[in-house]
Amino acid sequence: MGMAAECPPDCYAPVMRPMNPLTDIVLIASATAVACALPGVFLVLRRVAMISDAITHTVLLGIVLAFFVVQDIRSPILAVAAAGTGVATVALIELLHRTGRIREDAAIGLVFPFLFSIAVMLIAQYAGNVHLDVDAVLLGELAFAPLDRYTLGNIDLGPRALWLMGGILGVSLLLLIMFYKELKLATFDAALAATLGFMPTALHYGLMSVVSLTAVGAFNAVGSVLVVALMVAPPAAAYLLTDRLSRMLALSAAFGMLAAILGCAAAFVLDTSIAGAMAVVTGLIFGMAWIFAPERGLVAQALRHARQRQEFAQAMLLVHVLHHERTPQGAVECDAAHLNEHLCWDASFTAHILRRAEQQGLLQRQNSEITLTESGRRLAEQTLRGER
Amino acid sequence: MFDDLFTDYTLRTVVLGSTLLGIVSGMVGAFAVLRRQSLLGDAMSHAALPGIVLAFIVTGSREPLALMIGAALACWIGALLVMSIVRTTRLKSDSALGLILATFFGAGLVLLTWVQQWPTAAQAGLDRYLFGQTATLLERDVIAMAIIGLPTLLILALFWKECAILAFDPDFASTIGLPVRLLDVLLTSLLVVAIIIGLQTVGVVLMSAMLVAPAAAARQWTDRLGVMVALSGLFGASAGVVGTLLSGAVARLPTGPMIVVCISVLAFASLLLAPRRGLVWAWLRNARPIVMHR
Repeated sequence: MGMAAECPPDCYAPVMRPMNPLTDIVLIASATAVACALPGVFLVLRRVAMISDAITHTVLLGIVLAFFVVQDIRSPILAVAAAGTGVATVALIELLHRTGRIREDAAIGLVFPFLFSIAVMLIAQYAGNVHLDVDAVLLGELAFAPLDRYTLGNIDLGPRALWLMGGILGVSLLLLIMFYKELKLATFDAALAATLGFMPTALHYGLMSVVSLTAVGAFNAVGSVLVVALMVAPPAAAYLLTDRLSRMLALSAAFGMLAAILGCAAAFVLDTSIAGAMAVVTGLIFGMAWIFAPERGLVAQALRHARQRQEFAQAMLLVHVLHHERTPQGAVECDAAHLNEHLCWDASFTAHILRRAEQQGLLQRQNSEITLTESGRRLAEQTLRGER
Repeated sequence: MFDDLFTDYTLRTVVLGSTLLGIVSGMVGAFAVLRRQSLLGDAMSHAALPGIVLAFIVTGSREPLALMIGAALACWIGALLVMSIVRTTRLKSDSALGLILATFFGAGLVLLTWVQQWPTAAQAGLDRYLFGQTATLLERDVIAMAIIGLPTLLILALFWKECAILAFDPDFASTIGLPVRLLDVLLTSLLVVAIIIGLQTVGVVLMSAMLVAPAAAARQWTDRLGVMVALSGLFGASAGVVGTLLSGAVARLPTGPMIVVCISVLAFASLLLAPRRGLVWAWLRNARPIVMHR
């Protein structure tokens, strides 16, 4: 593709063969996904995930305005201006919020549709001479990204988008390593961070700059709304799986990359939007984590509730027997057949709890009369003393 | 331009449609903003996209009522998922909203791109639901909007007292025995209705502004709920009409963004200039030199 295809055969020798465009697309998608997932972790933890929605929309205005000035869609000034718009959006939202006239969520909902609308109208007005159209804004143009390549003489250096996203990923990795401790503290205990002189506000705006820059880079590849999917869904899934920041970062990056690979594969097979497919896969990954996460997943929660219910019932049973054994009514009260009535349980539940307690060696059954074992009595007494 | 309003049939239809949208979204949005659910509307309107395309795939036609039902179902599922993510995980509502917004919208784009490759022509124009295109609004669309929109206002009037208590003090509402969950469902359903009315006019991407901006503007002018809701509906309707007329007057100006710019300007102006709460008055008060009396 690109350069190499137009070369006469004799100039092929020094040319590195360009890779398959499919490989290029997957590589660009993966770099984009990982670059989005890393700052996304801090957005999710700091509870400002919807700020990413605002930023990804308003960077478009920066791109359009800068384009009118420099008239070159490939100019790096565009990216800088766009990232600046992203940070300005955050500042504007905060300014509105701080006046006390509207709440933060309303401020977000007021600012970004306004700036985005202006951008869309400008694009629509000047659609003829701008290489930006409204579909590309929402969909991205990942499928065409491998066609736009850097070349040095005859040497194909690979797609521009890969260099761009790789560069952004490199910068945010570097910043992450440099400010890891500060970010961690400011995220989990902003007050302590401020006391120790770590300047949480500066860190916040630094993070927002990285988010804006990433949004600008990813914008070309996946479009505005789907950047939000890549920034929020992988960290949200990782958050359900671990309690350590370092692991959450690694897991988010891995989920992002998985979504990129699976999303590209699905889009090739179904011949549909790559960015959309990636977003759907991030959603599915989150769905899996939500349902199956050990400890925090829906299944784990349901199992824990069931177990707690049984343990509580077993404790009630043991206390009941302890209370009545060796008393005149003991023969009646401790009769397995009467327990349903005394504890208001249905028969199968009673049978299940009795079997469970017997298996754990907490009680014995002789001719349907229940007696506690030594450990069962100890457990019942502990329950009564409130030690369990 | 305004003379055409009474003679031009298309223009009349279009203006009627955006007025309806402005009234319903303004009034319903006022409750969403007061209940701190400004961004729920954003997530729900994006979530409508897969519903629209699926409804088209199932019915094979662009009958507005069918697409609206599809959109409404998708909105509802999106809202339910947001609520259950917040309830069952340690994620906060911002992450849940972002997640549902982006993944549903992604699914919508996948379906839309897929449908657009069909050899038939029936699917042409489905993408106008992204940014809205009032020029294509027909009389049957406006009738469909009125059929589902006007009952909303009736319901709001019937449950006015309950909704007011829920908006300002949900704990008190449940203490005095109001069916809070049911009312929550009711208000969310009204939000769904407002969103699907706006699909053709403003589109799914910018619909949230129609819920937030009129309410934010109206809030600056009054401290009374009744006045706020009425003003919010009025602001929404006037922005809808002015935006539609402007976008009709200038070539290649998409309606949705134009309406959003109108209502946003109104909101910013209210924030700055509304009597008593306006920021300009506050700045002037602070800037006035303090005169020392001897």
